[in-house]
Amino acid sequence: MKVLWIALALSVLTVSARADLPTHEFQLDNGLKVLVREDHRAPVITVMIWFKAGSIDEAPYETGVAHLLEHMMFRNSKHLAPGEFARLVARYGGANNAFTSYDYTAYFQQYEASRLPLALELEAERLKNLRIEDDDFYRELQVVMEERRQRTDDQPFALAQEKFQAVARPGTGYAHPIIGWRDQLAQLKPEQARSWYQRFYVPGNATLVIAGDVTESQVRPLVDKFFGDMAAGETPPRPKPTLDPPAGERRMTLHLPVRVPALFMQYNVPSLTTAEDPATFYALTMLAGVLDGGLSARVESQLVRGQRLAAGAGASYDGLQRGNGTFSFSASPNPGVTLEQLEQGFEEQVRRIAEQPPSAEEMDRVRAGVLAGQVFQRDSVMGQAMELGRLSVLGVDWRLSEQFDENLEKVTPAQVQQAARDWLVAERSAVAYVYPPEPPAEASPSTRQEASQ
Amino acid sequence: MIVWKPFAAALCALALAGCASFPTTAARVEQAKPAAPELTIQSWTTDQGAKVLFVPSDALPMLDVRLVMNAGGARDGDQPGLASMTSALLGEGAEGLTVDDIARGFEDRGASFSTGSYQDMGVISLRTLSRPQWRDDAVNLLARVIGSPSFPQDALDRVRTRALQGLKMDRQVPGPQVEKAFQQVVFAGHPYGHPESGTLESLPGITRADVQRFYQRYYAAGNTVIALVGDASREQAEAIAARLSEALPEGGPAPRLPRAQRLTERTVEHIDFPSNQTHILIGNQATWRGNPDHVALYVGNYILGGGGFASLLTQQVREEHGYVYGVSSYFQPMAGGGPFRLQLQTANDNADQALGLTMKILRDFIANGPTQEQLDNAKANILGRRALETADNSDIIGQLGAIGFYDLPLDYLQRFNEQVETVTVADIRNAFQRALDADKLAIVSIGPRAPDVPQGAQDETQGQNQ
Repeated sequence: MKVLWIALALSVLTVSARADLPTHEFQLDNGLKVLVREDHRAPVITVMIWFKAGSIDEAPYETGVAHLLEHMMFRNSKHLAPGEFARLVARYGGANNAFTSYDYTAYFQQYEASRLPLALELEAERLKNLRIEDDDFYRELQVVMEERRQRTDDQPFALAQEKFQAVARPGTGYAHPIIGWRDQLAQLKPEQARSWYQRFYVPGNATLVIAGDVTESQVRPLVDKFFGDMAAGETPPRPKPTLDPPAGERRMTLHLPVRVPALFMQYNVPSLTTAEDPATFYALTMLAGVLDGGLSARVESQLVRGQRLAAGAGASYDGLQRGNGTFSFSASPNPGVTLEQLEQGFEEQVRRIAEQPPSAEEMDRVRAGVLAGQVFQRDSVMGQAMELGRLSVLGVDWRLSEQFDENLEKVTPAQVQQAARDWLVAERSAVAYVYPPEPPAEASPSTRQEASQ
Repeated sequence: MIVWKPFAAALCALALAGCASFPTTAARVEQAKPAAPELTIQSWTTDQGAKVLFVPSDALPMLDVRLVMNAGGARDGDQPGLASMTSALLGEGAEGLTVDDIARGFEDRGASFSTGSYQDMGVISLRTLSRPQWRDDAVNLLARVIGSPSFPQDALDRVRTRALQGLKMDRQVPGPQVEKAFQQVVFAGHPYGHPESGTLESLPGITRADVQRFYQRYYAAGNTVIALVGDASREQAEAIAARLSEALPEGGPAPRLPRAQRLTERTVEHIDFPSNQTHILIGNQATWRGNPDHVALYVGNYILGGGGFASLLTQQVREEHGYVYGVSSYFQPMAGGGPFRLQLQTANDNADQALGLTMKILRDFIANGPTQEQLDNAKANILGRRALETADNSDIIGQLGAIGFYDLPLDYLQRFNEQVETVTVADIRNAFQRALDADKLAIVSIGPRAPDVPQGAQDETQGQNQ
């Protein structure tokens, strides 16, 4: 009972800790959504812009274009030659970058707080005035090909993950890699990037997030000034990619240049946005916590430490997606353990929960971690901006994050048990066994050393 | 004050249209002097000889505690991986506590505990909520975990197996292999010259007795810095530091490491590996903690390869030629030395040209230093981002750890920034010439074919002639 008491007391604490973080929301006539989170702890700001455009919106013949466009956003615009954007940000003590996901593309700038006007002007410039020149496009395409070689082609586990996703989420925009299939990426044309920009980079398809040492009254006139004159544009349709009815059990065996085998398992399950009842999302969140919420959770204590099946193992639920959610397991076995044994090990853990609900202590431990995590997350202004933006582009009210702990509190052990029974079932699953090349042609790396001159 | 005009003029010359007015906010932002909050660090020494650094902050109900021991891989002796194994085994068992007790003990309270091992340092971190009922339990548990570890044999075997599997995984990708080779070439014969994660040959020989001996010697209170940031009073911080310090073994600081010697001739090494990219590392022993050239090297390297998208290497090798996704450089000052390291990864077919271009940029920079305009922009960035570097408790605890460990003055960050303000082009050029000789660098690569290494200055221009 002591643990439960801690969890309840923690929940009071987090609610009171949040009271001093006002969050404002408004929308311009052209449809741009704006979220302002005031956090005056340190004189810093994060400015982010999020677009409802990601890899899931790509047609099969243009995989990689969302990410390539993200790169082009740092190149030419009406007032800025290539490299000038980065130089201006640096000149004013800022840091900036961007990331492309399946569901969204987001850009960020971080500065000392007085740089707010510049951050907004720069962000508006590339939203209004991007220029995609042919030769510049092809040079950046080369950079992205290098990025792909570095992050995927020379990383056999990443390569395995890419092949696995194609089978784990068939027929959806999640089935292709964000960076694009290698051969399609090489064939992308500047027209495709320009068309992407025109379709998706309109105010009504974006959320601007400003977090840190600012007030709403500082932000509003600047946002009006730099973004208010933009035409609304047409917001493109965006169907939700789901896998309903279930795709059926899928299995694959891969032989790749790995030195250690690996197991990937994934179940297609509801997400917060596709679940008929949001309670499913919270039950699956608790299920993932009971399985792998920390070093005391079941995957670590049973599979890694108890049975010694895996050198490393993990279970996770990603329920914040536009399409269906995913419940994933991955592991690399200890020497002498087969992938079949490892898969059975995971299945046994799921079966045990399906047969017997988790204990109250386990549930409370998961909640304690979540509640403390919410306090810890506030240490970063960037982290707060990330959360607001991500929820916004998923069409979820940002206030939901404040109710997250209360909603987790309502989940019963029986609901967690039911979630394991309902969703972690064979017809929703995909499994990949990843092995070294066959036959075992082990080219031993030789080294050559020389001293010249 | 930073001079703004040269930058605006340069921007105008490059911009396509409307240059007189873009960005329209520049003048307004220029007038606002960026806030630069100063870090006021409190410091004392515990009865057992641990140095404590503390920054109170009651903005959030949380506390970070970090112990930094002079117990990194440089102390491995002839057993590569011993420091790293010792670090990984803390938390795997303590007197009267199983690994499950420890994990549950922290996680029931929402606290997070972790350890890490680096070349110089062994690091132990705890992040907890600051209400006494959670904080005190977490701190008491931490004291038991670090003060009376039991190093169970079965945990040693399990952690070793995990480490060996990790080393095998390292051999399926190019990056870790070339990094280890670079470390071995540049620091041959020095305590920094072996991989901290150990080797397939060394890890099986490490015994429980080795780990206990290492712990007893290097996790001693007198060899430890305790950093605290967050919601605690001075009195509470003193009590926490005393509790942790009392728990640790008795003992004094580890002996000084010898200063690493730089390579005196160009040293080229290539690892054959069937990758799609060739990874190239270029560098040498170049600096150390306490080097009077530290600020000049730091600012110069920001311009050369440390400034992300704004750096010369990124602008030329990536943005102009498209040879790479990533190219960067850094100086890493440590207790017994510190490398300069420049790294790039490029398609195998571009490796010769990318290396030629990179060597030319590096040689030119060593010979000439930056332009005044590049220096002005670098200063503007470094001084303008001060607020960002101490905004989060997690930023501050990292600064405290380094300041305490390397015996830097408590106003180190302020002094650093004052020196940034006054550093000149000539200071940077001279510092680079003292630290680096373009003809005496290690060039270590991995890929299906060894890249052509340019033989001298006249040979380093291929990239320009593509």
